[in-house]
Amino acid sequence: MKSRLFPGLLLLALAAPAAGEVIHQERSLYRDITVEQNGPRRCLIFNVHRGDRNQTCIDLNEPERLVFSYTRMSFAGLLLTPEPASILVAGLGGGSIPMTFSDLFPDARIDVIEIDPAVVSVAKDFFLFEETANMRVYVNDARVFIKRAGLEARKYDYIVLDAFTGDYIPEHLLTREFLEEVRQILNPDGVLVANTFSTSRLYDHESVTYQRVWNEFYNFKLPTSGNRIIITRIGALPPRGDLTGAARRLAERVEKYDIPLLEYPARMSTRVDWDMSRRMLTDQYSPGNLLRD
Amino acid sequence: MAKAAVLSSPLPRPVVASVAFVSGFCIMTVEMLGARIMAPYFGGSVSVWGSIITVFMLALALGYLFGGRLSMRSPNALVFASFYVSAALFSLPIILFADAIMRPIFLAVEDARYGSLLASVVMFSVPTTLLGMISPYSVRLLVEREEHSGQMAGLLFFVSTIGSAAGTLGTSFYFVLWFEVNRILWGAVTALLIAAAIILVAGYMRGSLGLRVRGHEI
Repeated sequence: MKSRLFPGLLLLALAAPAAGEVIHQERSLYRDITVEQNGPRRCLIFNVHRGDRNQTCIDLNEPERLVFSYTRMSFAGLLLTPEPASILVAGLGGGSIPMTFSDLFPDARIDVIEIDPAVVSVAKDFFLFEETANMRVYVNDARVFIKRAGLEARKYDYIVLDAFTGDYIPEHLLTREFLEEVRQILNPDGVLVANTFSTSRLYDHESVTYQRVWNEFYNFKLPTSGNRIIITRIGALPPRGDLTGAARRLAERVEKYDIPLLEYPARMSTRVDWDMSRRMLTDQYSPGNLLRD
Repeated sequence: MAKAAVLSSPLPRPVVASVAFVSGFCIMTVEMLGARIMAPYFGGSVSVWGSIITVFMLALALGYLFGGRLSMRSPNALVFASFYVSAALFSLPIILFADAIMRPIFLAVEDARYGSLLASVVMFSVPTTLLGMISPYSVRLLVEREEHSGQMAGLLFFVSTIGSAAGTLGTSFYFVLWFEVNRILWGAVTALLIAAAIILVAGYMRGSLGLRVRGHEI
């Protein structure tokens, strides 16, 4: 009772001051999309009715700064793979993550998958997102795109799975079989960064599933964010000292995006803090939307 | 001789109503799981749902037509039960060969919309057509007098649609949380076979199996 009430109140408290002027609203096939402007800050919000969920915000005065903690956390994979030549981002949102990659690594090939064509046009019209010669958006389901990439033996150095936000959880992107397909398109020295659920029963189920496919992973959480980022790769994970060294080498390059890379290694843990007896998610068993409370 | 003239029902009304409920239930259970079965190959986009619903609607439409036509020739329990048995048998490929069916389609058809449409046709059209045949045939089994035909059709559609609602809710709210997809499908197959067995037993007791053994109707 107490634990159910509290997040609701917290959400209300956070949502109230964030309310700004609605500058765009549309109902796409998948969700309600709202763009809100509050001073220089412009936010993309999915599904306003069930409590505001800011998907992406940008500061129009300093558009390269990443406003959200979890967006910044998506770059922690650089500690394992500092110079990716090919990058795959599943889930466009406002486009902050791919644009930051494009800015950081102009020569890298960046593929972005987004299921909702309306999100692509909103990102372009309101969030300064642009496709470039090296960065393309594919309007497709991530599962279909990744399965086909695997068949065509395409591989990536850096994969970000960020398709799990908004109201509906795409259950076919949580399963063991999907993660095995992702593994197939990851280069041996590449890194996988997955933005996942940190609350609800899903946390346990997802952890069990990731552990089954990847053996071990960094569980990356920050007190400033409700998200849990899973970071892993095909081989064994490096010792923490390597991460600290990499953070020191890279910190300056990512400073302009507000990514506090030096703080990250201490927050990346391999400790098991989930219920290991939970059932693994598979294509046969994946009731993600029923496990979210 | 008078036997053919009087429209005596070959099956007790509660039996027809219960098995119609089962068929409605199973249609929607398979339909709800269809999206889950196809997502690994064709994704979770709206078009996948579109494919599934289109194929189910077309298959049911054909089933209504065929079932109605078959009901004109001495409706009996044996033919009625055979719809259930064959629907159960033709559902087995969904359980046993789903990957073998979808993989070549995924490879051959680049566009996930048409891929999912084709996969739906291959996996779902036959069992759904067979299940669709049940409705008009059941109406014929229930009708004893002309003036009651509308009422019986109403009763039948009521029961089978309530079954569909229950199948939809049960599958999407609970079964997927408790069981693996294939186990739920095995449950539907078993339910169809049990329905067939009930029809045969009830038909045997009424002598309405539509068979003649040494001059006696059984």
